[in-house]
Amino acid sequence: MMTKVELETFVEGTTHYFETAAHQPASVGSPYIVHEGKPTVQEFTGVISIAGKRRGIVYFTASRPMLTVMLMRMGETELTQENMVDLVGEVANTISGNARRDFGKDFMISIPTVVAGEPEKVAPPNNVRSFVIPINWRSHSAQLVVCLE
Amino acid sequence: MALAQTQAAGANKLKLMICDDSNIIRRKIERELKIDRLQVIATASNGRLAVEAFKKEPADVVTMDITMPEMDGIECVEKLVAIKPDVLILVISALADKATAIEALKKGANGFLCKPFTDRQLTEALEELLRGADHDDQG
Repeated sequence: MMTKVELETFVEGTTHYFETAAHQPASVGSPYIVHEGKPTVQEFTGVISIAGKRRGIVYFTASRPMLTVMLMRMGETELTQENMVDLVGEVANTISGNARRDFGKDFMISIPTVVAGEPEKVAPPNNVRSFVIPINWRSHSAQLVVCLE
Repeated sequence: MALAQTQAAGANKLKLMICDDSNIIRRKIERELKIDRLQVIATASNGRLAVEAFKKEPADVVTMDITMPEMDGIECVEKLVAIKPDVLILVISALADKATAIEALKKGANGFLCKPFTDRQLTEALEELLRGADHDDQG
């Protein structure tokens, strides 16, 4: 069973990105568990794979409108697909960096991969409950999904 | 010594290279660079391209990501220092663990800034890097 501290590390990595890079804090919605089926996958998703003490994936998934506003808040003028892929990758990268710092050698954490527009390519392990944490920012909502054995 | 010479020869500007696989981070560093004495001369999206650009025109200061395709930042730091031992390298990475920072410093990096960063944090980190170099020149 995943601990509250472990979950908080992933959440903190995500909210820290919004506060620092997009200059406006995000709020964390009520987490929920998906027992069966696949959790939400939006248009852009940054995925990190985890092995070692825990196995599975953690992903941050967001819509194009949300990423557009984030890029604008960051001062970026090129609101392109490439930059949106970059942005979810950077959020996932920050989550990954936080996890490496807090969990040390117990966890082996991959470099993030980004999935754009192909939700079937985001593949949580079977028979594992997923924790979904809504990340609300301005009028938008992204999801942080933690799916670990 | 080398820094002072470069400044005199290059219209008081130090040459900066930005190495990061993220386009938005490269553009952010260029956009938010608020240090008059630094001038961006090259950007690279991986370590291999950074080494190639550095061989053509060595920068005085480099911002360096760690996790990149083809050649990572740790290996790249080692190669750049081998070419120009007094290059100043600021590692900018989301890998916030101490081991990564220590490894980069061992290979020859001079500072470490965690991603994500604000423009103020970037400016302060680069100024600290330059202050250290100025101090070494005077010492």
